[in-house]
Amino acid sequence: MTQRGVVIVGAGQAGVQCAVSIRETNAAIPIVLISDEAGDPYHRPQLSKEFMTATENIAPLELRTRAALSEHGVDFRAPCAVTSINTQRQTVDIDSGVRLEYSDLVLATGSRNRSASIPGVELDGVYSLRTLPEASAIRGALSRAARLVVVGAGFIGLELASAARARGLTVTVIDIAERPMARMLSEQMSQFYLDAHTADGIAFRLGDGVDRFEGRNGRVCGVVTSSGELLAADFVIVAVGIHPNVELAQEAGLAVDNGIVVDGSLRTSASSVWAIGDCASVPHPLAKNRIRLESVQNAADQAEHLGHRLSGADVGNYHALPWFWSFQGALRLQIAGLIHDPDEVVIRGDPQRRRFSAFCFRNEQLQGVESLNTTPDHMAARRILAHELALTPAQAADLDFDLKTYSRTAGSAA
Amino acid sequence: MPQIFYHQQDGHVDEVEVARGATVMQSAVSNGIDGIVGVCGGQMMCATCHVYVHEEYLDQLPAISEEEEEMLEETAAPRDLRRSRLGCQLILGKKLPELHVDIPETQL
Repeated sequence: MTQRGVVIVGAGQAGVQCAVSIRETNAAIPIVLISDEAGDPYHRPQLSKEFMTATENIAPLELRTRAALSEHGVDFRAPCAVTSINTQRQTVDIDSGVRLEYSDLVLATGSRNRSASIPGVELDGVYSLRTLPEASAIRGALSRAARLVVVGAGFIGLELASAARARGLTVTVIDIAERPMARMLSEQMSQFYLDAHTADGIAFRLGDGVDRFEGRNGRVCGVVTSSGELLAADFVIVAVGIHPNVELAQEAGLAVDNGIVVDGSLRTSASSVWAIGDCASVPHPLAKNRIRLESVQNAADQAEHLGHRLSGADVGNYHALPWFWSFQGALRLQIAGLIHDPDEVVIRGDPQRRRFSAFCFRNEQLQGVESLNTTPDHMAARRILAHELALTPAQAADLDFDLKTYSRTAGSAA
Repeated sequence: MPQIFYHQQDGHVDEVEVARGATVMQSAVSNGIDGIVGVCGGQMMCATCHVYVHEEYLDQLPAISEEEEEMLEETAAPRDLRRSRLGCQLILGKKLPELHVDIPETQL
């Protein structure tokens, strides 16, 4: 019998990084990396950004080529679907009928787009974005069409709206929420984005839903809002969030609660089964309850943490500081920390010049910092939050207070 | 084809042939070259593709943008004011058919 090794389900940022991190320190253990997509693993962040705005064709950015994975002794299988997991026997069945035995199983199954149950969603010209083929389809539509309606004013929806606007399209964004990126941003930053995008020519319909998509000969030609307005459209993008891919875990009897439930070490309710990235619901010192984060930082840091654990290192519990970014045209937003219902928001810098940060406090504790076109603030905020340095609202607002130097006192104090 | 030579800390040199338009970061990441992380995929969010460019190529490089300048202040290994660059901003092609870079001690 061949030696049992690590089987990783999912070859996005989390799955690939986990394989790489195991290999960094353990040359011997067999690793199987399973992707349900055809082709080499790739970075997704640019798909809603540069990939849409570049005038020339740009190649997708590989996370690792097949050849490099193979050279590093990673058995990469794609496209390949896992059909079931047996946590007693420690086996995984894949669609070719093969049964793989594991010593450790890593679920990095990611997420899929929430599909809006809107009448007409099946019409041609209604897109959503997750994968490279979907990105290519949207890119094609951008170059042919004149009028776009985006459903969902989250990061992805607004990144795509900005890209379309930069290419000269007429763009309308609809969201049931009263303000853009309501789930992620402080009211202040949200308002800034609304004003900036409006000034750049994007139209908004906020606090309004979608009643139906109108079609002609099987192709979408308009969107009827809940309030009864008809918006003409050559194509539509639905970007209303994601669902974690938990079904495989659920069928295997693992605990699931808005994501695959893991403990601080990223272990699921079954021994030798772990979950990382978009699909994992994790206890975090900065959150009261479990959290499930949808970000590159979260996927990569959890993967590295687990990779080191599986190659034998004593790494303790996972606790990396969450950070996020969303680049919408010339508006580069960077967020450090977890911001939830702040009771005091302090602005540092000049919103008029489109260069400032919003420092978000709750009970006089700094929760997180949203930075607009100001990377130095963001990087200082990451250090301040990671090392739990005290920062007062007055210090945050004072441009003479040297954030960068202060944030670097952390290393010696920690 | 353009060529990139990655000089590792231990003196070992990884040599990679790349397509025109490929970056120092992308070529390292997709080929699994040690010592370059590139978490953000070239969005200038992470400063984990820091390299020290060999002197003889410095005059062939593109200018440093404001975003790159800000991230170069954040590299894990010390910045060399002349030679430090982010690998994601160095594009191989007609203007830069060959490049030698030193990999820093750490990226994280």
